[in-house]
Formats: sequence, structure tokens, C-alpha cells
Amino acid sequence: MFARTALLVLRKDFAIEVKSREILYTTLLFAVSCVLVFSIAFVKEGEPLEDAAAGILWIAIEFAGTLALGRTFERERYAETLRALLLAPAPRAAVYVGKMLGILVLLAVVELLLVPIVALLFHAPLFAQPFLLVVLLAVGTIGFSAVGALFAAMLVRARSRDVMLPILLYPMTVPVMIAGVRGTSALLQSPADTPMAVMWIGMLAALDVVFITLALWAFEPVMTE
Amino acid sequence: MMRRAVVALSTVILTLMLSAPMVFALQQPPGGQTEFLPMKEVPPTETIPAAPLLIAGYSIIWLAAIFYLWTIWRRLNKVETEMHALARKTPR
Amino acid sequence: MRKAFVPLLVIAGAMFAYAPVMIAQAPFESTMGLVQKIFYYHAPSGMIMLLAALVCGVSSAVYLWGRKPGADHVAIASAELTALFGAIVMATGPLWAKKAWGIWWDWDPRLTMSFVGWMISLAYLFVRKYAGPGSDKLAAALAVFGSANVPFIYISVNVWRTMHPKTSVVPKLPPLMAGPFWFSFTALFLLFLLLMTARIHLEQQRAALDQMYLAEED
Repeated sequence: MFARTALLVLRKDFAIEVKSREILYTTLLFAVSCVLVFSIAFVKEGEPLEDAAAGILWIAIEFAGTLALGRTFERERYAETLRALLLAPAPRAAVYVGKMLGILVLLAVVELLLVPIVALLFHAPLFAQPFLLVVLLAVGTIGFSAVGALFAAMLVRARSRDVMLPILLYPMTVPVMIAGVRGTSALLQSPADTPMAVMWIGMLAALDVVFITLALWAFEPVMTE
Repeated sequence: MMRRAVVALSTVILTLMLSAPMVFALQQPPGGQTEFLPMKEVPPTETIPAAPLLIAGYSIIWLAAIFYLWTIWRRLNKVETEMHALARKTPR
Repeated sequence: MRKAFVPLLVIAGAMFAYAPVMIAQAPFESTMGLVQKIFYYHAPSGMIMLLAALVCGVSSAVYLWGRKPGADHVAIASAELTALFGAIVMATGPLWAKKAWGIWWDWDPRLTMSFVGWMISLAYLFVRKYAGPGSDKLAAALAVFGSANVPFIYISVNVWRTMHPKTSVVPKLPPLMAGPFWFSFTALFLLFLLLMTARIHLEQQRAALDQMYLAEED
């Protein structure tokens, strides 16, 4: 029942998105513009700063993710579908998991585009350790989506929600960002520092467990009146 | 007489021989500095006096506590004037 | 609870006034000298900041799941105090660091995580003030997440390589240093308690005012 509900929510979001692809395209374009601005800003002697690749990748993911979260839940608010979802006789936490998976899939697509672009613009050997990079991005994005989906859902009925989401989300995801950036930097060394990267992946996994557990507990009381 | 002279001479020679190593050892350069050189760049850890930092830190705590108590007092006053105004309006 | 305020104020005030005497009499530390004495109020402030964060997290959890309004009063009071004591820690730390390490700030794990914890407490206060209806539940969820950081802030200095002194310093303090340290800690803890009583009283008065408005409408 739980998994079915979560997957149904995911399918619903997917179906809506496939029709217009509005959030996907706008988020992709935003992420690419972000990276572009960074590559122009972090320039040394006419060349983009190569060491900045890890940080810029994760910043672009975080900014694009915040935007995507805002847009996804704005759509829910506009159609008042969130209330309908919560009224449904389904476990509330499953609704949360469904929304989180939706954001996760969206960010995964964004990362599919971002990683080659960052690798190209910053001459970063991101494809040297593809498996570890995928795992690192996966656990990091899961952590970000877990916190983001909860906070964005909470803010649906709040005032000043556009500015509140970054205020709430960025401090909370700092550990995820730090671990992601350090892990990616470790993978970008030549030769790649794989034990270090695995350590950061482990830390991200621990963070993911903490965040998802807290979010599953907190979703129900926070969404009820 | 001759014997005493021989004893005296041999004592002197023996003393000289025994003290020679010590004299040579004392001739080694001592372990201390040979010259004093001024520091070119004095790091901040040596130039900043500690007492002003200590006193500044302590006063920060006093100021923060007093400021916070003042904000509570101000907000409490606002709430209590409202309460009294409301109580006066409905004297039931 | 309100009656505790004045006695706490008197005792805390007296302890604070006497603390400099004790700190001045404490021995100098071997490598840092006089500036190390900032430790006697920087470290307890840090401990109380983490304590306030935990109190906020626990009372927020009680509020979220138990719906007790009293818990919400405790939560917002302790959030403000986390911000206050956090500000004290963030201000006194660099004062010590500039002389001891030569730099005002560093992004090492302990400093970074404490700064993030402080920012989360500020975000809590923002949410309470500006997020409109339902902000109390929102902020409570934020506080629960934020207080999960506290154990990490504490152990960060033991697990990672950092310039900040480790947690073994306090248990291993020699008696002449332990005396002033625990005296200052008690003074700051009493300050925490008295500020909590004042703030909770304010919150209770606000709740009473709301009740009066509601009663008037009937």
C-alpha cells in the first residue's frame, strides 16, 4: 500500500510533466545558465578555474533543485491538489515519498546534462571514476530531495514561501553540500582519491538515513492543521 | 732535594696533562646563539595584546544579555498595555 | 516560574560580577598565555548554545506530536537563546582565534557546523515571524531537523582534523582551571535559565492576550 501510493504519486507527477515538460526545460536551462555565469565569474587568465568544478557542479544542482521544488509545489498549490492528496485514504508518508522521488528523478535528469557541461567547461576529469561519481551524486541528491520535499511541502500554505525555501533549505543541506563537494574533489584528483570519496559517500548515506527518517516522522504532523 | 724537585715537576706536568682535555673542551664553541637577528615580519600572535580581547569578549556577554532582556521587557510592555486596553474595553 | 526570575537575576548577577576575579586568579595556559582565559566564557557559552538547541528540538518534537502549547513556548524561547548564545560564541571565538591562531576565522568542521547550527536557529526565528499562519508547525519541524545537527557539532572536533581544541580538554582540566570554568558555566547556565523564564513569561502573556481577543469576539 505504501509503495503503491508513493509510485502512484510519482506517476501522476511524471504524467503531468511529460505533457508540458515545463519544469524540466526551465530547470535545465536554469542549471546551464548557472554554470555559465560561474564559468565567466571564476576566470583566471582567460581560462575558467579548473579546481572550481566540484563546487560549481553541486551549487548548480542545489540552485536548480530549489527552483524545481518551488515550481513543483506551486503547481500543487495552484490546483489545490495537495489537500486532495492529503485527504486521500493513503498513508501520508507515502505521499511524501512520492513527491521526493519526483524531485529525485527530475534532478537526476538535470545532472545527466550538468555533469558533461561542467566537465567540458572546467576541463574536469569527471568521467574518470564514473561509477563512484554516479553513487556520490545519487546519495547527495537523495539527501537534498529528502529535506527539500519536506520543506517545500510545509511551505505550500506559508507566506513569503519563495524566499523562505532557500532560507530553510540551504543551512540544512550544508552538510550534504560539503560532503558532495569534498567527495567530488577527491574523485577529480589525479589519480582519484577513491578511499576519501568512499568515506564521503558513507557520510552522505548516513545523512540520508537521518533526513529521511526525520522527514517521514515529521510529514504527517506538519501537514495537518 | 733532587727528589723533591722531580716530584714537584712531575706533579705540575701531571696536572697540566690532566687539565689539558678540559681546557680543550672549554675551547669548543658554546651552544648559545652567536648573533641576534631581528624578526622581519612579526606574526599577529605576538603583536596583539591579549587583555583587550579578553575584556571585549566578557563585555560582549554582558551587552548581549542586557540587550536581550531589554527586548523582552519592551515586548512585554506592548503586550501588557494591549491587555489592559482590552480589559478596560470589556469590563465584564 | 515567574517568581524564579528575581532570585535567579540576583544570583547570576553576583556570579557574573565575581567571575573576573576567579578568571584572573586562574593559572595561565602553557602555550597561549593570557588570551586562553577567553575559554572560561567561550566554551560554556558553546555548551549552553548546544543545550538550548537540544531543548528547542525536544520541545518542538513534543509540540509537533503532542500538540502541547506550553511546548511551543519553550521551543521559541530556547530558539531565541540558541541564537543569542550562538552570537556570543561566534563573537568570542574569533577574538581568541586572532591571537592564538593568527586568523579570525577558518572553515574547519567545528566552526562550519556551529555556524550552520546558528543559521538554522536564525531561520527558525525568521519562519516564526514571517511565514504567516502555520509557521509554528513549520518552525517546529525545522527545529527537529536542526537539533539533529547538535551531536555532529560536538564530535566534529574529535573526528576530523581541526585547529579547534578537542572535547577532551574540559574533562581533563587541572583543578585550578576547573574551578573558574565550572563557576563560569554555572553563571552562564543561570543566565540561560533566567532568560528562559522571562521569555516564556512573555509568550504566555501573548497567548493570554490571544485568548482575550477570542473571548471578546464571542
